[in-house]
Amino acid sequence: MKSDPTKPKRLAIIASKGTLDWAYPPFILGSAAAAMGWEVNIFFTFYGLTLLKKEVTAAVTPLGNPAMPMKMPFGPDRFQEIEWPIPVAMMPIPGFQAIATSLMKQTFKNKGVASIEELRQTCMDLGVQLTGCQMTMDVFGFECEDFIPGVEIAGAAAFLEYAADADVTLFV
Amino acid sequence: MSEELKVAVTLDMRGLLCPMPVVKIAQAIKDVEVGELIEATATDPGVLADIPAWARSSGNDLVVMEKLDNKEIRFVVRRVK
Repeated sequence: MKSDPTKPKRLAIIASKGTLDWAYPPFILGSAAAAMGWEVNIFFTFYGLTLLKKEVTAAVTPLGNPAMPMKMPFGPDRFQEIEWPIPVAMMPIPGFQAIATSLMKQTFKNKGVASIEELRQTCMDLGVQLTGCQMTMDVFGFECEDFIPGVEIAGAAAFLEYAADADVTLFV
Repeated sequence: MSEELKVAVTLDMRGLLCPMPVVKIAQAIKDVEVGELIEATATDPGVLADIPAWARSSGNDLVVMEKLDNKEIRFVVRRVK
């Protein structure tokens, strides 16, 4: 249906998850697409909406995430290679989520992966449109002022209209 | 480096992971004139697939891409438009 071949490609993403691990794909794909000259809109809904808050508080836990590798981001190489067999029963212990979150952040930093805040800013610098879901704001009690500047607010119909002309549409 | 290339900008992308090499090259290409070259050195093997894809999508020219003996990857892109 694309009539004009000179029109830039378009990417429409729904970001529905707000954990640290799932915060990455929308911003990575969004910034990469924008770097390729694409037009990008990321629609943040449900828990994904928290990724638009001024301070990103995304956390992660291996609880319910059985595929998450449990490795240490410090110490000698041999130590870092160990995959720790943490019993599931330990994962609900208070503080475990905070530890898992800081370990993942440290691992990503050590490996050279940008932080969520950096990737989000990169998206905005490259012209990616970040859109917040009005209904989720109503449900969770978020205000426009809670979000970083530049965020637009819209609903399902507005996203669908945009996505109808997209070359790539993803639900994360 | 046998080619006689006049490079306008040199980028150090060593240590950067996806998507930053692509982001950095996209930002840098805006700052050079059409026809000018950017040379970059990266360590992420992902650039071997991503930089050619970026060049095709953005309409720029990947002049050369090579793996160096130290496992670093060197590439040169030319701004086309």
